[in-house]
Amino acid sequence: MQATAQIGYDSKSEGDVIVTRLDAALNWFRKNSLWPMPMGLACCAIELMAAGASRFDIARFGAEVMRFSPRQSDVMIVAGTVTYKMALAVKRIYDQMAEPKWVVAMGACASTGGMYRSYAVLQGVDHILPVDVYVAGCPPRPEALLDALIKLQDKIAKEPVLSTLKKVA
Amino acid sequence: MTARELALQLSAKFSGLISEPTEFRGEITVKVMDAGRIAEVCALAKSELGFDYLVDITSVDNYGEDPRFEMDYLLYGYGHRCYLRLKTDVSEEKGGLPTVTGVWRTADWHEREIYDMMGLRFVGHPDLRRILMWEGYPYFPLRKDFPLAGKGSEVPEVAFTEPAPLQGGPFVTIAGGKDTISREPRVRIPETDALEMNARLERRRDIKEAHGKAHGPGRIEPPAQTAKP
Repeated sequence: MQATAQIGYDSKSEGDVIVTRLDAALNWFRKNSLWPMPMGLACCAIELMAAGASRFDIARFGAEVMRFSPRQSDVMIVAGTVTYKMALAVKRIYDQMAEPKWVVAMGACASTGGMYRSYAVLQGVDHILPVDVYVAGCPPRPEALLDALIKLQDKIAKEPVLSTLKKVA
Repeated sequence: MTARELALQLSAKFSGLISEPTEFRGEITVKVMDAGRIAEVCALAKSELGFDYLVDITSVDNYGEDPRFEMDYLLYGYGHRCYLRLKTDVSEEKGGLPTVTGVWRTADWHEREIYDMMGLRFVGHPDLRRILMWEGYPYFPLRKDFPLAGKGSEVPEVAFTEPAPLQGGPFVTIAGGKDTISREPRVRIPETDALEMNARLERRRDIKEAHGKAHGPGRIEPPAQTAKP
């Protein structure tokens, strides 16, 4: 199989043993089971739902487990217009998510405020959260969100894990 | 029964208070001269003239004129199927008028919206709180002297606002241009862009320090001063 060749695993000679780096293994676990926190705030949420449904099927990338509890989520998908009235609630939900956690800003509004240059709309969710991937579009198609998810997986695969772990005193 | 006849009946009941009906594109409007009596007029329009449905209440800010505010009430009767618009002026010193929630209960949220956006107070309203913005937000954003970009504010633990840079457009239009391009100049001032981007990066650095994660592009240097034509 192609997949086994990639990690240099030969079942005939190595039996049940896989040799890899622990960082790579941890990242592999992480990137293939990203549980999204669907922060659906406007029409982008409709495309987010489409990405989760059978036609586009976000389950192909291991991210189908939409958790409406921040405690069980890995990636917050901010899908829609973040008003100032909602901003601190979004921040609070992000703070409630357990590490490691990532943020996808889906669509023009979440990325920059979009067409709402207004007294009522936060001009990009990156004013309050560290965004990993921005998705262009108004709203972006589900393919664009899936592309962002793949980009996020690539990013996670390259993250150092063990060297950044906090030492327990 | 036409809307004009109903309007004339209304002015007959309140002699001198209600103007002659004016017609524009088939819609009848009368002006109520004293905003303080609007609730009386509305109560009678409902009870005796059959205007049982309040379609909408809106307000207009004629900034720089006196009286500054204008209130519009759009009434409809399911029995006679006629519309009638009532207008009345509210000066800035008064800043309010009687509520019509006692006449039509639907006026509750309409009046809360006008209070929230325009800052007019409705005397006798049962629950005059902001409806869209949060309690403690200090401005009335649909007033004409409120800047398009908004203003900064903060209510701790509730919400904050920041002015949104408009950068000369595309939302600022200039009247009288011969085509769309001249009416909506998408002015880009490179120096301003760089300043804004760097302010944004500054905020990102704060987030990075708080969360220990790097993201986004690097710092942008403003372009060298180019010769102006």
